Amino acid sequence: MISSYLSGNTALHRIGAGWKLLGLFFVSMVLLPVNSPLVLGSVLIGALLLLASLGSGMVTVLRSLKPVAFVVVFILALHGFFGTLEAGVIVALRLASLLLLATLITLTTRLDDMLDALTPVLWPVALIGLSERKLALAIALAIRFTPMLIDVMRQLNEAYRSRSGRNGHVKLVAPLCLHALNAADHVAEALAARGGADGCPPEGAGREEDEVR
Amino acid sequence: MMTADRSLVHIAIHVAVISALGYYLPAFTTPVTGSVPITAQTLGVMLAGVMLGPVRGALAVLLFLLIVALGMPVLSGGRGGIGVFFLPSVGFLIAFPIAAFVCGLTMQLLRRRPVFPSVLVASMVGGILALYPFGILGISLVAGKPLWESAIGSLVFLPGDILKCFGTALVASAIERGRPDAIFSRQ
Repeated sequence: MISSYLSGNTALHRIGAGWKLLGLFFVSMVLLPVNSPLVLGSVLIGALLLLASLGSGMVTVLRSLKPVAFVVVFILALHGFFGTLEAGVIVALRLASLLLLATLITLTTRLDDMLDALTPVLWPVALIGLSERKLALAIALAIRFTPMLIDVMRQLNEAYRSRSGRNGHVKLVAPLCLHALNAADHVAEALAARGGADGCPPEGAGREEDEVR
Repeated sequence: MMTADRSLVHIAIHVAVISALGYYLPAFTTPVTGSVPITAQTLGVMLAGVMLGPVRGALAVLLFLLIVALGMPVLSGGRGGIGVFFLPSVGFLIAFPIAAFVCGLTMQLLRRRPVFPSVLVASMVGGILALYPFGILGISLVAGKPLWESAIGSLVFLPGDILKCFGTALVASAIERGRPDAIFSRQ
């Protein structure tokens, strides 16, 4: 429910995650100074061809693009009303191509592969005393916590509705946080009991270090 | 007591709180703001700063952005993927960690003061003063609008953001009553 991965085995799925990310980065850098509708248009057509290569998965991609399509149309309209339509077309074409490419990459790459591809880029975290292993653990925990908290939020809202007949909205944030903090402490205890984030240290070595920090 | 494990898990849970806020509370897109939505997510960003302190708070928000970039649909309105960094709201997104850092720093400077006013000041300094210049620059660059026009357009966020600062302060006071040990910026 929380993951956005389109399972399949198309050409796009088979390209390495790192190459896809690098490709997107490169294309976005190259496209920024380009102001020719012709060039931008052909890039968009290229992206659409990639989309078509997904076959039946196309529908899922198009559905996930609906909210951003609105953004593109809106920017086009904004320029149409307050500036020149040509400038709007250029901005909209560039935006549409990049959004389409980014969505395609996101949907055809597994989270694990994406994490692996990102690990070499994550070296700056070592500078502030965090290991990549801990970072990966934090990401995994955050991804696991999110649906849990959404569920807590839903339950709090139901409880609130049964008392007041209205939705709780912002009033639920404080109880949500208290739930979250309690859950965090439970998980931290469980983690410490299993040897901490660095795994099981031999003969309790390294535990003291954790206490000091 | 602040062990490394506890610190890590609390950072992770704040990432999840930011995500859950964006997921559950609806995002409003107003015509004026050029598709930069008004969301409850910034409340989570400010909260991470005032609760965790500058470094851990900024780290939590960076992790959140990383998860968004990885394609998790946790940005308000169920958005995610690298594509969101090409939208006009990119300036706000990139400055979220800076906002959390400034919130946490201000909170530490005010550590001897009562929680509610300290959080109110900290979230206004971090979540508005530090955040808006980047956000305005982002709208201007991506949507191709002049700076002053983007700045005036961004004013529409101001009432909501001031409300969110009060919201952050209320939530932090509730946490102070319920779980005072979880406010790491005061330890």
